[in-house]
Amino acid sequence: MSAAAAQALSMGPFLRIENISKRYEGTDTPAVDDVSLDIARGEFFSLLGASGSGKTTLLRILAGFERPDSGHVFIDGRDVTDLPPYERPVNMMFQSYALFPHMSVADNVAFGLKQDGMAKPERTARVAELLDLVHLGNKAKRKPHQLSGGERQRVALARALAKHPKLLLLDEPLGALDRKLRESTQFELKALQARLGITFVMVTHDQDEAMTLSSRLAVMDQGRVQQVGPPNEVYETPATRHVAEFLGAANLLDATVTDWGNGMATLACDGFPGSFKATAPAALAPAARVAVAIRPEKIRLCEAGAAADNKLQGTVKDIAYIGDVSTYSILLDGQRSLRVQSTNAKRGSLMPTEGAALWLSWDAADAVVIAE
Amino acid sequence: MKSRRKGSGPFIPWSALAPYLWLLLFFGAPLAIVLKISLAAPVMGQPPYTPLFEATKDGIEWLINWDNYLLLLDDPLYIAALLNSLKIAGISTLIALLIGYPMAYAIARAPESRRGILMMLVILPFWTSFLIRVYAWMSILSTTGLLNSFLLWLGVIDAPLEIIYTTFAIHLGIVYSYLPFMVLPLVATLSRMDMTLLEAAADLGAKPWQAFLRVTLPLSLPGILAGSLLVFIPATGEFVIPDLLGGPDALMIGKIMWTEFFSNRDWPVASALTVALLVLLVGPMIALQSARKRDANAETPQARGEAA
Repeated sequence: MSAAAAQALSMGPFLRIENISKRYEGTDTPAVDDVSLDIARGEFFSLLGASGSGKTTLLRILAGFERPDSGHVFIDGRDVTDLPPYERPVNMMFQSYALFPHMSVADNVAFGLKQDGMAKPERTARVAELLDLVHLGNKAKRKPHQLSGGERQRVALARALAKHPKLLLLDEPLGALDRKLRESTQFELKALQARLGITFVMVTHDQDEAMTLSSRLAVMDQGRVQQVGPPNEVYETPATRHVAEFLGAANLLDATVTDWGNGMATLACDGFPGSFKATAPAALAPAARVAVAIRPEKIRLCEAGAAADNKLQGTVKDIAYIGDVSTYSILLDGQRSLRVQSTNAKRGSLMPTEGAALWLSWDAADAVVIAE
Repeated sequence: MKSRRKGSGPFIPWSALAPYLWLLLFFGAPLAIVLKISLAAPVMGQPPYTPLFEATKDGIEWLINWDNYLLLLDDPLYIAALLNSLKIAGISTLIALLIGYPMAYAIARAPESRRGILMMLVILPFWTSFLIRVYAWMSILSTTGLLNSFLLWLGVIDAPLEIIYTTFAIHLGIVYSYLPFMVLPLVATLSRMDMTLLEAAADLGAKPWQAFLRVTLPLSLPGILAGSLLVFIPATGEFVIPDLLGGPDALMIGKIMWTEFFSNRDWPVASALTVALLVLLVGPMIALQSARKRDANAETPQARGEAA
């Protein structure tokens, strides 16, 4: 967690989600299962997960469209669990944008202001300000269907920001944009959030988007929060197999603990000779069953005699040359293989060929133990 | 949008002409005959009107008679009947809208599985002859009918209410008969509406009734318009309902037409009345339609493909 966020949280969370559960009628498993989260003022927080992970339901509970079966939502210290959406200091940017098709861009943005009874001159000024903010000043009179996808997305953003919400909810805000546009919009969105200082909670299934934008993120699966933390922390030390595999690529090896001390575990990996070392902050009992996660870019291709914490022998099964990097699939024992990624930093540097026998090595600090 | 080829293409699908042929045969031709008769003079004989032209040795002599139209303007009866028809149709349409909108709203918001049954219930009365249903209303509303007997039995009233043969009974009959025409287009429009728009409205601070007024209602205007026209137009020229439920002095244009045709055997005046009514009803409709088309054209230079 960044120092600023830590400080903000220490003053009490801005948004507190307390033991929220929600099961839809006619389903057996809960959509959201006992989720608790504290989010600080000014954070850009992401709920990351595959479809059906419960992230959207949680967002809809925050907006007030769904009522949780149990638990509470506090915004700025106030319990809003039973407030209808139109009484919450929260605005949402919808995945489909949900722009009013019968209204012009300006009227869409003005909708909430008009609802609050803001006088016309003020309203006009505020709408102009917002449209300038999203670079749509010249399209105020257009109808939504006359805009491009990117423009509609910006109208939706402007409309959601119009009422100075304390909390802005974003449901897959960039999902409908094409790849190029998505990248440029990402940075705009982040800059905007930093400038306005509004707390953002975003739902996304796109891990790159979550990593790029968020100050912290929560990985969700089957209605539960699997892990919460800043993107780099969650990436470098995944807490569960699901997180390791969902956020980036990971090699997972099943292992048994033989020894633990000083945050370092010694392991015997199933089917491989010798012992392995990996980082394990929490104490582990000997003989405990665990998994070791090693990111592909942390594995080196090396010589037979090279000294390393962990070593394995294999043959090159597959090579994917992408340009800046190459990804190798290294066959270890006839069935299992590891994914290895190395940067092609030097032109013409020696690259292994398919079928070549070689050694793999990685540092103990780069391998993470995942307790089962 | 369909792209129509301009100019004379080598290939003309004959099936595409079928609707035009149909229109020509069953709409264009009868209309032309009515128009022709409206410009003739009544005579005793078969047919009971003069021909439109006569071949003489100098060529063709036109015998166009404008008297029928002049009579319509001259005799206050026709104008009064027309105004009364418009008034009754207008009020009935409004009542049908007020009853039909909530019905359509409930059907459109009902779970998908139940929507079919509800629609069926709306259409169900059509399975019985229209005439029989109006007769049924007569037996319900008459002084010795079901309604009065029931109210007398309850003791709510001492003497039977005069319901049948009143304007109220005409309104009742029209609203009852044409309500499905109001409900169906409204259901179509309302069920097409994107429900997240209402969530967006609520999110921006609109209470449910405010969201209805600012989002649902304006978005359902096309349905309101279609339903209203479908009720208003046939109601204006309605004959059976005012004849059976309205009594002898119910002044509606449909009844006047009937009288002219069958009692007075004045086909030309009846035809002139028909043409006048048609122009009065169709004129505004065409104007409305072209205004909407202009709107749509102004709004959609590039959006169609993208909006999908």
